[in-house]
Amino acid sequence: MTPSAHSCDAAVADGPGAVTGARHGAGSPEAAAAPAGGTQAEARPSRTARRSGRGSGRAWLAVVPLLLFVAVAFGLPLAAMVQGAFTSTDPQTGASSATFGNLDESLRGAYLTALWGSVKLSAVCAVIGAVLGLLLAQAVVTSRHRALREAVLTASGVLANFGGVPLAFAFVATLGNAGVLTTRLGLDRHGWSLYSFWGLALTYLYFLVPLMVLAVVPALDGLRPSWREAAQSSGATTWQYWHHVGLPVLMPSLLGGLVLLFGSAFAAYATAAAMVGSSVPLITLQIADALSGNVLVGQENVALALSLDMVVVAGLVMAVHLPLQRRSTRWLA
Amino acid sequence: MAGLNPTVCAAAPARQRPRLWRGAVLLVAGLYFLVPLVASAVFTVDIPNEGLTLDAYTHIFSADGFTSSLLLSIGLGVATIVVVLALMVPAEIAVRLSAPRLRPVLEVVCSLPLVVPSVALVAGIGTVLKWGPDHLSRTPLYRTFVAIQDPGFPVVLVLAYVVMALPFVHRALDSGLRSIDLRTLVEAARNLGASWPHVLLRVVLPNLKSALLGASFLTLALVLGEFTVAQLLGFQPFAVWIVQASGSNAQLSVAVSLLSLLLTWALLLALAALGGRGAKNRTPATAVSTAAAADKE
Repeated sequence: MTPSAHSCDAAVADGPGAVTGARHGAGSPEAAAAPAGGTQAEARPSRTARRSGRGSGRAWLAVVPLLLFVAVAFGLPLAAMVQGAFTSTDPQTGASSATFGNLDESLRGAYLTALWGSVKLSAVCAVIGAVLGLLLAQAVVTSRHRALREAVLTASGVLANFGGVPLAFAFVATLGNAGVLTTRLGLDRHGWSLYSFWGLALTYLYFLVPLMVLAVVPALDGLRPSWREAAQSSGATTWQYWHHVGLPVLMPSLLGGLVLLFGSAFAAYATAAAMVGSSVPLITLQIADALSGNVLVGQENVALALSLDMVVVAGLVMAVHLPLQRRSTRWLA
Repeated sequence: MAGLNPTVCAAAPARQRPRLWRGAVLLVAGLYFLVPLVASAVFTVDIPNEGLTLDAYTHIFSADGFTSSLLLSIGLGVATIVVVLALMVPAEIAVRLSAPRLRPVLEVVCSLPLVVPSVALVAGIGTVLKWGPDHLSRTPLYRTFVAIQDPGFPVVLVLAYVVMALPFVHRALDSGLRSIDLRTLVEAARNLGASWPHVLLRVVLPNLKSALLGASFLTLALVLGEFTVAQLLGFQPFAVWIVQASGSNAQLSVAVSLLSLLLTWALLLALAALGGRGAKNRTPATAVSTAAAADKE
């Protein structure tokens, strides 16, 4: 994804140490929750550890505070979420029992609509963002102006972080009902509304396109000019070059970027909450509604089941993203 | 000479076309990314029926709750930075120096927050916090539950933010440690008779300065902009205040958004400049892009 990610994954030795280490990791409760993370396992050859025996016996003590902290601040909430998702409490007796009812309900009616709305929005945003990000990255990479390249990359790093409340307000001020462009250009007369699916998509792209630029620039840099020259001197057209050489080499990075964008859009809450309220059905907004008690009593556990749905989707996203990222770094190393 | 001409002619249009295409892409991108910022600025100073005014900006400091929410956010940010560095720096150094077998564990722990979106995390935290009144009201733990939810300084937010900051603090520190020869440094210092605390404070940390600064800036940016967890747990740091203020004064909240944006950008640009001087421009781009993935607003 980025230069450093290159070197990070290039360092994967796949030695015996890495394998045992990964198993060790998978044995702990946190690790079990996310098998995807285990694939990121990276181990240095343990030669260095053996050379200086001193301290290695107590070194793990330095990691213990971190693990304890994560167990309390992350493991506990996660466990509570999973437990709650599979528990229903009888409002009369207060007795609780194990059930799949919450999960079942989280995949029905308004909740299913919201889940589907989130998936649809994220997919649309990811595809558009990936295409635009690729175009922009290619424009920058092939440019001969070094300053332009640096400027776009730095700006991308900044803009990719520009999510949340300020982004929502910038778009409301620009294209909202009383927004500057809306009133100046009379967009509302043409049926424009920012508080809609496409308004939200337009807003999300503001941080997704830069994210894509960051994700594919290393891959585009890895396309060697000599490949293109070889293709041209063998009489290939531009289209043939991209079809047979360029895109296949880029494909893992492109798909990895696409998946990353999907995950980002899927998990986004602040932008949507500050902007549309609940006029667009999204799973994050549904969870927030259920948590704030805006719905019937007893729906908290459905919110937890919805959260579990989200974790599953996000886990799938990472499970797809990490191997792709590794493959692309292997090819472009 | 005559033989060369056809190639020159053939090459010229081929080079012209991509340039046109590139210009169009850059123009559209430039417009898309600049217009909302310019329009927001116009929105704050040009109020319908009143004309140009800077009221929105002059009223910021007197606005109700501005100072307290900003101070709360900064305090949370500083606390988060202290905790996350105190946890991560020893772990990263130990893993690199003498416990490489724990490395996969560290990787997994630091990628976990990417799998759990902040809305889901806060759903879990909310459930745990409800155990306080529901089950623990007769135990001493109950007081802890109350204490970490003090609206004046909600420690529970620090806990959540530390978890959310783990992925990119890990990336920043990892690439920082990668760029120095830690083992040689430590062994040299130890051979010269330095004590362990001395080695850490006077030898290792100064060499990690840019990575530490990078991690701190990103954490601060994350905390200043964080909305999801704070709003759903019912606290009022900066981002939540902006949204609440928008109800009564749209101009004001857009002006504050714009300012907070510029502040965040200044932080991140400073970080990029800092990394540019350091090891091959790695740290900022990596850390920033991972931050985006972790933040997922």
